[in-house]
Amino acid sequence: MKNLNSLHRSYAVAKFLTYFALIVGSVIMIFPFVWMLLTSFKTQAESVSIPATFFPSAFRLDGYKKVLENLPFVRLYWNTILLVFFRVVCAVVFSSMAGYAFAKLKFRGKNLLFTIVLMQMSLPSQIFIIPQYQMVAKLGLVNTIAGLVFPGLVSAFGVFFLRQTYLGIPDEIGEAAYLDGCNQFQTFYKVMFPLTGTSVAALTIFTAVFAYGDLMWPQIVNNDINMFTLSAGLATLRGLDTTNFPMLMAGSLLAMLPMIVLYLIFQRQFVEGIAGTGGK
Amino acid sequence: MNKKLTVAERREENWGWLMVAPTIIGLFVLNIWPFIQTIYTSFCEHLGFGHYKFIGLQNYIDMFGNAEFWKATWNTVKFCILTVPVGVILALFVAMLLNTKVRFKGGFRTIFFLPLVCAPAAIAMVWQVIFNGDSGILNQLLGTHIQWITNPKTAIVAVAIVSIWSSIGYDAVLLLAGLQNIPKTLYEANSIDGAGKVRQFFSITLPMISPTMFSVLIMRLMSSMKVYDLIYMMSDDTNPAMADMQSLMYLFYRSSFVAGDRGYGSAIVVWTVSLILLVTLIQFWGQKKWVTYDI
Repeated sequence: MKNLNSLHRSYAVAKFLTYFALIVGSVIMIFPFVWMLLTSFKTQAESVSIPATFFPSAFRLDGYKKVLENLPFVRLYWNTILLVFFRVVCAVVFSSMAGYAFAKLKFRGKNLLFTIVLMQMSLPSQIFIIPQYQMVAKLGLVNTIAGLVFPGLVSAFGVFFLRQTYLGIPDEIGEAAYLDGCNQFQTFYKVMFPLTGTSVAALTIFTAVFAYGDLMWPQIVNNDINMFTLSAGLATLRGLDTTNFPMLMAGSLLAMLPMIVLYLIFQRQFVEGIAGTGGK
Repeated sequence: MNKKLTVAERREENWGWLMVAPTIIGLFVLNIWPFIQTIYTSFCEHLGFGHYKFIGLQNYIDMFGNAEFWKATWNTVKFCILTVPVGVILALFVAMLLNTKVRFKGGFRTIFFLPLVCAPAAIAMVWQVIFNGDSGILNQLLGTHIQWITNPKTAIVAVAIVSIWSSIGYDAVLLLAGLQNIPKTLYEANSIDGAGKVRQFFSITLPMISPTMFSVLIMRLMSSMKVYDLIYMMSDDTNPAMADMQSLMYLFYRSSFVAGDRGYGSAIVVWTVSLILLVTLIQFWGQKKWVTYDI
């Protein structure tokens, strides 16, 4: 070690500092999750003890029992799954069609119609929310899955994003199919759509994570706890029993778990889907 | 324009219209019409059951004369000041660390990105327990006795910490992509000149990353201006710090859907959106001074 010159030494120091900073950062990022997990198994007395204990003395399920008494978790999961499913299907089907048309077809009014897409993207969704709610109420869709899905029936962002993808596919591929006797729609769904798998996966993940995390719309459109999503259901615990930490942590864990498991399986797709789309 | 279209061109046009139809009809029903309605509603009094009476500027006069409204506006601005610069700088720091030759790069990225896939409501709940003033782990670790969430002075700082913690991975991934696009040759040429790492950062990295920084900044600012879920979860009507952490979007939610005053609520949302557009315009105008698109 003694004959390391100063350049090597400063290189080693930089390396050490880099790892040190990354590890400290990672601990800060992970700690809340670990703390949630451990607290969810503690007794209430244990969870508020001073000094705090790190591990629970025994892995108790009281928190889970309590949160399952307070929230109909099976319904919450089911409602969230249906919401995510329909939002994703609508976003993928309608946005693929429109994205293809905007990228590859010539039709009058194209630029004007695409401007509408861009305008919707640049406005915060809250500006639409009161009239959207009134429409849902008028249609009698309050407390239904259809009501939950409603604002996400079409996705301007999806159109914008998939248009970019279709623009990246060479025109010759479509022309070849067209000359083989496919009409424009057949060219789209037989030849072009199958080439957009990566982008469709990214849009699916983006749409799913957003629908699952959204809080304001589910709170507005549904008032029956049995029709809530995981987010909205969890929000009802706010102020209910704020000192029952194991219950709150068990609830949070149950609400997070499905997405975290999916994330750990499809890490790359999730990061690309959320950050790579450049949206959110 | 008067040029006759061939059969094939006409067919293409029909397919084009047909394929954008669901989206365009949806946007008209779900967005364009509601947008017009919200603006109109902001000049109306809600009589209940979706009936409105035109009252001119009264909602805006009430709003601008209301201390709670100005407080919420200030809280929102304060929240942006607390989250945006710190968040973006920390994210750039993380991105630069990940841009070096480290092992487990993917693992670190996965960890920093984790909060993005969790519902903000659940994240806020976890942090609320950590922040708890009486027995929360944070106070015990720091050896302090701060009532983080219920003290009017610290409540919004606590929410800002959660917000930065949640978004740092996202911003870092975007900035990392920007850093990886910087040609290595630029650094090589520069190190021959004998420039130090710090000077390299200011003369190469920062100018080259500035377009990405700019888009991250715009996005972060927009989402901070719209903050709702974290604040909703970490405050309730019994929280003494409620008035000092209530954001514009939370006030909008409470006015429109708890108090049912949709005219007033619409005025708040119109104000908020105008504010967002104004801030975005200022950013686009100001970018000339610091964003480099070619070097």
